[in-house]
Amino acid sequence: MSVNNTEMAVRYKNNFLKELEDQAEMGDWIKMCMQCGVCAGSCPTNFHSGWDHPPQEIFMMVRAGRREEVLTSNSMWMCTSCYNCYVRCPRKLPITHIMHGIANYAHRLGVAPKLQPTRNFGKIFWNNAAKTGRVNEVMLTVDLYFRNAEGKFDLIGGIKKALEMQSVAIGLVKAGRLNPLELFGGHKCKDQKGLQSMLKKARELEETRKALKAA
Amino acid sequence: MAKKEYAFYPGCSSQKGASSSNYLTSVQTMCKTLDIGLTEIPDWNCCGASIGYAEGGELPRLALSGRNLALAEKYLPGLDVVATCAACWLGTREAKERLEHSDVLMRDTQIALKEAGLNITVIPEVRHMAEVLIEDFGYEALTKPVVKGLDGLKFAGYVGCQTNRPFGIDGESYENPKYLDKLVESLGGEAVKYDQKVTCCGGALAFSEPEKAHAQIKDIVESAYDGGADMIVTPCPLCQANVELYQGAINKKYGTKFNIPVLYYSQIMSVAYGSSAKEAALNGNVIRAKQLEALAGK
Repeated sequence: MSVNNTEMAVRYKNNFLKELEDQAEMGDWIKMCMQCGVCAGSCPTNFHSGWDHPPQEIFMMVRAGRREEVLTSNSMWMCTSCYNCYVRCPRKLPITHIMHGIANYAHRLGVAPKLQPTRNFGKIFWNNAAKTGRVNEVMLTVDLYFRNAEGKFDLIGGIKKALEMQSVAIGLVKAGRLNPLELFGGHKCKDQKGLQSMLKKARELEETRKALKAA
Repeated sequence: MAKKEYAFYPGCSSQKGASSSNYLTSVQTMCKTLDIGLTEIPDWNCCGASIGYAEGGELPRLALSGRNLALAEKYLPGLDVVATCAACWLGTREAKERLEHSDVLMRDTQIALKEAGLNITVIPEVRHMAEVLIEDFGYEALTKPVVKGLDGLKFAGYVGCQTNRPFGIDGESYENPKYLDKLVESLGGEAVKYDQKVTCCGGALAFSEPEKAHAQIKDIVESAYDGGADMIVTPCPLCQANVELYQGAINKKYGTKFNIPVLYYSQIMSVAYGSSAKEAALNGNVIRAKQLEALAGK
């Protein structure tokens, strides 16, 4: 699944914009940005600490070829998918999707911040959903709490987090909205074979298409 | 035969024992009253949600939605697909748009779908339940079955993000959509004015970066209180869960005393239509809506 970072940097030497146009979902929109900053002012997480760059800065940095700075930035991972920037952008850039696309590319290259919690959760979520075709919420929580950011099992950290969330969990169980038995298998699609080979094929096709563009 | 029939996409969180199972129960109750026929898409799968972008990539996500659309087309031909979850609706409708606008993505998705023995010919319309209520029924028709008006109850209609952006309900603005307020009013309730109606609850960041999400939820709840609301009402399962479940943690951190119930539109509709508290799944709320429970018990 991973793409070689050095190979791609060499292949697209001095043209990071072209690299993202080819390799990142919705990357071909980046050049349309006119730097107005409405996206930054519309982003709910822009108003929290810890944000490297708002979208319009990321887009300008892409055009300026600041490859490493962009790909290792935590900015794209701040997205809550609220679509505020998307609907307000006067140039109609699908900013939410561009940010997702750059984040996904940085993740595939293996250069996204390792300890970024949303990167970690995104991975856990997809693997959870893709495993059986339906999300197992109990396992999702267990994986989130009992694994550290590098994916290793962490019992003490997990117990600590679980205790913090204890009252929420009890409330949910009482309300019938959390079933601990899902630990032993939960809801799933019937056609497991078809689902898995479909996802495998989709991934193969996407990788082939992107590799051809880089060729 | 019901008055209107739809191919139903309930989504993962609506399943038995899952975080919005009370949404499903109340939707079924509401639909029974309105004579809406919901046939579940056989063997539907997860939409991939927004957060699926990190690991999923584009085509695997399109394949997931494509599979649901192909199943709907195959087993429930001619019916619109209706989702109750905002993310399911958004993901599926977005997939429809991308597939219809790109021959390459459509071709590749078809090749992937073939692995599951499926094929797309004509993609059905993809709609949110709120859209169906407002566009196919209309406020007047939604008022007719009311037997217990929600008189005297004040609601903060919390539309949130993904039922509102980027698609939203036709004719509504992104900044101040009115449909939820109008819906509350057609049930006899009062829709309070407050300024965080379309603020993001933090979405998936409630799991990964809770302190950011909690700050946003705090603004939403505070503003609902300031508007004089007794309850918050929403069309989105993640909005509901985030805004309801973290009030305790927010109280601890910020010294607030939040304890406001967060309901689904389908729950307040069910109560107004005379259903029991159980049928309206009021027992599924962690912060119980005592005023509604009392009304349902009358």
